[in-house]
Amino acid sequence: MKNVITVKEVTKVYNPDTIPVHALRGVDLEIGQGEFTALVGPSGSGKTTLLNIIGGLDNATEGSVIINDQDIEKLSDSQIIEFRKQHIGFVFQAYNLIPVLTAKENVEFVMLLQGASQAARDARVKELMNAVGLSEHLDRRPSQLSGGQQQRVAVARALASKPRFVLADEPTANLDSKSTADLLDIMSQLNQEENITFLFSTHDQRVIDRARRVVMLEDGAVISDDTKM
Amino acid sequence: MIIKIAWRNIWRNKRRTAITAASIFFAVLFSVASESLNRGVFDSMIDSTVSFYIGYIQIVKKGYWEDRTLEESIEFRTELKNDLMNVKGVDDIVPRLESFALVSYGSLTKSTMVVGIDPQKETQLTGLSKRIKKGVFLEKNDRAVMMTEGLAEKLNVEVNDTIVLISQGYHGVNAAAKFLIKGLVHFGSPELNTKFIFMPLTTAQQFYGADNRITSVVLDVQGKDQAQVVFSDLQKSLDPKQFEIKDWKAMMPEIISMKEMKESSNKIVMFILYLIVAFGIFGTILMMTKERQYEFGVLISIGMKRGILAFTIWLETMFLGFLGALIGIAISYSLMYYLSVNPIEVTGDMAATYAKFGLEPLLPASVDIDIFATQTFIVFILTSFLALYPCLSILRMKPVQAMRA
Repeated sequence: MKNVITVKEVTKVYNPDTIPVHALRGVDLEIGQGEFTALVGPSGSGKTTLLNIIGGLDNATEGSVIINDQDIEKLSDSQIIEFRKQHIGFVFQAYNLIPVLTAKENVEFVMLLQGASQAARDARVKELMNAVGLSEHLDRRPSQLSGGQQQRVAVARALASKPRFVLADEPTANLDSKSTADLLDIMSQLNQEENITFLFSTHDQRVIDRARRVVMLEDGAVISDDTKM
Repeated sequence: MIIKIAWRNIWRNKRRTAITAASIFFAVLFSVASESLNRGVFDSMIDSTVSFYIGYIQIVKKGYWEDRTLEESIEFRTELKNDLMNVKGVDDIVPRLESFALVSYGSLTKSTMVVGIDPQKETQLTGLSKRIKKGVFLEKNDRAVMMTEGLAEKLNVEVNDTIVLISQGYHGVNAAAKFLIKGLVHFGSPELNTKFIFMPLTTAQQFYGADNRITSVVLDVQGKDQAQVVFSDLQKSLDPKQFEIKDWKAMMPEIISMKEMKESSNKIVMFILYLIVAFGIFGTILMMTKERQYEFGVLISIGMKRGILAFTIWLETMFLGFLGALIGIAISYSLMYYLSVNPIEVTGDMAATYAKFGLEPLLPASVDIDIFATQTFIVFILTSFLALYPCLSILRMKPVQAMRA
């Protein structure tokens, strides 16, 4: 299986000149195409920091992150934005849809940034909204959707640009059991049917139960890496 | 999509948008009203003065304006007439011969300004015949005069009385003659109403021994804008060593400087007003920027380029500014248009003061398009400047820190 993400000896130190906080201590991690992986660990263990560094939202103090044979630590600010747009989908804890756009427009937005044609956008939006079970809610704004529905739209948005993988930071933290189950079903289905790689950071046992690989972090280091058979 | 996002964003907090737009609206309304009324009043004053006597452009001999003597008069030759009439935009030329004289009736003697005019052309330019209060208007070949009412009262004369004029003519010749008073004219300004005696141009030329000579030619042109064009053309065609071209601005420097002073004070008030409004808008922008740090971070994270995001926020600020400005312009234009057609009537002492100077006691508003365009431009500059804050904030933003905030 080809690696999508390779994290090599990544260290992250906040406030290096004042009171240094070691968020990550030489993390090594390889994520293969089509994996469904959960990053788990207590608060402050470095899950979100690692996810941010993999997503190019933050820089490592040392080490490298290679995605598609490209060391993203070496990309400039504008190159990394372009890279994210083309290769990475994000799902955030608080959904973070654009409140003034409808569900359809939110999903379409990323493709618009990529310069996709109207026809391509319409087809992809239809496909994704069907996949997340919200084809009846295209014209609703986020405030007119439940938390679970909003997070499903966020997943559709993350997938709109056909990314290599999706990074999801605590995607179920604000959802009830039913919504969590629905969301995990959708992501699992997309993972299996379309071979999309998912990497979650989570505390949620329900997510951990569904993940096929669980990487545990503690004090900024990987302490276990289990693949379920 | 960017335009859609920016437009919808301003309605996320309707009350805040309404308050900010209202502050811009009132600033625009107040500034337009102040500028429009100020310009309307001064334009009316200038138009009255121009149409009353001086015209938009006068041609005089070089040096006449300083000395005002007959020695600085010019020969009114056919070539000069043709040269002036051939200038595009000149409808007619109105010659005058002006000089001072002593006027006597019985034992009373007063000083006066004698103006030799072409009665028909003068009426066409200044409406002099409408000012007749007693008697009749002059004919071209009359050997008679018209006198202002105030002067007539001082001399205790009436229509059909005969007065004596004594003066020094061209090249120092004695000028003395008797003239029949054919009519009395009235001017609103007390000073002007005791000053003038009008006679036909040829009669004045004979009286002053200044055959075919004039002291000035007033050009009949259609309005200020046309005058500007004619003025420029004349500067190219007339010999500057012989002639001076005086436009309405040069002939009424007091009114122009009063107008400029008033405009300057208006600008100061406008500056203070917009400064206050700017703080209000900036408050809104500051709140909006702080509230949406997380959202900006997310948008950058999902691949929106900082430049596009900054442009969206700039557009949003523009929409906010123009919303207030356009409502302000629409309402103020309607209001000012109404006041230009139905000017505010001045009453009491103020009305009496207006009447004294021969002006109608009205405060007309101007609807010159540049007044409204200026306000729109000010709002554009102001909001563009204020939008720099969120734009710079976005350009410097680190998405992770923004999402952590």
